[in-house]
Amino acid sequence: MSDYSKEFAAIAKAYEATGGDPAALFNDKFAGLVVSHNRILFRNSLPGVRIEGTEMPTGARAKITVEPGAMVANPVHLCFGVIPKEGLQEIISEFEIGERAKVNFLAHCSFPNAVKVKHVMDAKIHVGRHAEMTYSETHYHGEDGGVEVLPVAKVVVEEGGIFKNEFKLIKGAAGEVRLDYEADLKKDAVGELNAKVYGKKQDKILVKESLFLNGENARGLAKSRIVASDHCASEVVGEAVGNAPNTRGHVDCVEIIKGKNARASAVPKLLVTDDRSKLTHEAAIGSVDKKQVETLMSRGLTESEAVDVVVKGMLR
Amino acid sequence: MLQLIDIGLVLSGKPILQHVSLQMDEAEIRSILGMNGTGKSTLASVIMGLTGYGTTSGRILFHGEDITRLPVSDRAQRGITLAWQEPARFEGLTVAEYLEIGRRFAWNGSVSPRECLEKVGLHPEKYLRRAVDATLSGGERRRVELASVLAMGPKLAILDEPDSGIDPLSIDNIVDVIRTLSRNGTAVLLITHHEDVAAVADRASSLCGGTVLKTGDPPTIARFFRNHCQECPHVNQPAGEEANYV
Repeated sequence: MSDYSKEFAAIAKAYEATGGDPAALFNDKFAGLVVSHNRILFRNSLPGVRIEGTEMPTGARAKITVEPGAMVANPVHLCFGVIPKEGLQEIISEFEIGERAKVNFLAHCSFPNAVKVKHVMDAKIHVGRHAEMTYSETHYHGEDGGVEVLPVAKVVVEEGGIFKNEFKLIKGAAGEVRLDYEADLKKDAVGELNAKVYGKKQDKILVKESLFLNGENARGLAKSRIVASDHCASEVVGEAVGNAPNTRGHVDCVEIIKGKNARASAVPKLLVTDDRSKLTHEAAIGSVDKKQVETLMSRGLTESEAVDVVVKGMLR
Repeated sequence: MLQLIDIGLVLSGKPILQHVSLQMDEAEIRSILGMNGTGKSTLASVIMGLTGYGTTSGRILFHGEDITRLPVSDRAQRGITLAWQEPARFEGLTVAEYLEIGRRFAWNGSVSPRECLEKVGLHPEKYLRRAVDATLSGGERRRVELASVLAMGPKLAILDEPDSGIDPLSIDNIVDVIRTLSRNGTAVLLITHHEDVAAVADRASSLCGGTVLKTGDPPTIARFFRNHCQECPHVNQPAGEEANYV
């Protein structure tokens, strides 16, 4: 038990480092799940939100069910972390959001001491008819960049449903990130995929966001904001496929490189199979916009302060 | 306070500014009138020291100090700022934060972001938390830019067409902001097409082909602009007698 209490404290501290509120983490008033490496430290269901979890040798399996019509007032807190320097954590999760339910997830993933940690997140998300789900995932990695992060999500949004996701990794060195999110949007569904990553040192970042506009009037946005500094390499693949009438999809990518050794690439992939669908994309890659920097410099900031303001704003 | 001495600028082999000399006093409002492409915005960029606008010849003195080769930040920290005609947008930066940046180097007394917004006709409750991004209309963004200049309270504010894209009913509001700046001790270099706005100035200069053609009281220069520049058959090519109006 003493090991557990230490682990509680360590994971709470790591959670706080991601910007989370530790008071909400082990609080019975919030539905939530806390997994440290492969141990489930906390699991709490509430009326309308059922959280099931099973430990596995390399991580945990979770099933989260939100009952039809449930309006979940407080965010559901999820916390995954590995405290030691090395380890593999696999989180296999399934989300079932019932019809007309509304729920907000705050997920925090923390690997503060990582030297060789691999974190695999394999999620299947089903958002029921006219349901609404937002999922905000914030990462905190140590400064050594010893993390390999593979978040994969397959999302299905049924008629009139809304799914909004934000993946944010801006603290510590990212390590190696291979994000792959895919949203299958049915009739009148809305999907927003949003990734923000700050890469430093030798980090390698691959962000792939795909929107499949499969139902009439479905709308989707795949947005990414990446900063690559030092020797970081980043690649963004933004994909949108318009398969149904009156669908609208937009891919929006901004990648900023800082320093001579960083590199960035963007690959928009747009495919329309229905002549009433419309897809657009925009991408800006390179240094920070000169006009933005000089505008801030004309208010007295130095060049490096101005770049910092632009970058922080973009990743906020 | 500001002295431009025989400024010349050549870009890609083409003379953009030629022999521009101009002197401004503290708290003076000076309007610059000229048709499109006469070098007005270029002159603003040169004074602010923007990248690519280093003078080819001449000197810029500010309070007696030669600032010709100083970078933008150093000029701003000495009290010069510029409100762009098409100001940059910033994702994730709120109007309140943007105005606070200018306040860090406030020269002529610090005005709160709230007051600055009220002064430019924007409701603080509605705008302080909004981002300075593409969700603002062109007119709103230009007003925020003016508010930012007010927040900085500089010694010299260069306003590049602050009236562009602003509805005619709000022109009085812009004029009021310019007067406020001047009352607070800020000299204003005002670039405009609008004679109504130019009339707020203490002195006016007309620019053509990158050269100051004439300087005088605003009504005289406005009349000159109307009679000579607006009807001029050789746009941007001051020739013959017009070149001698200087």
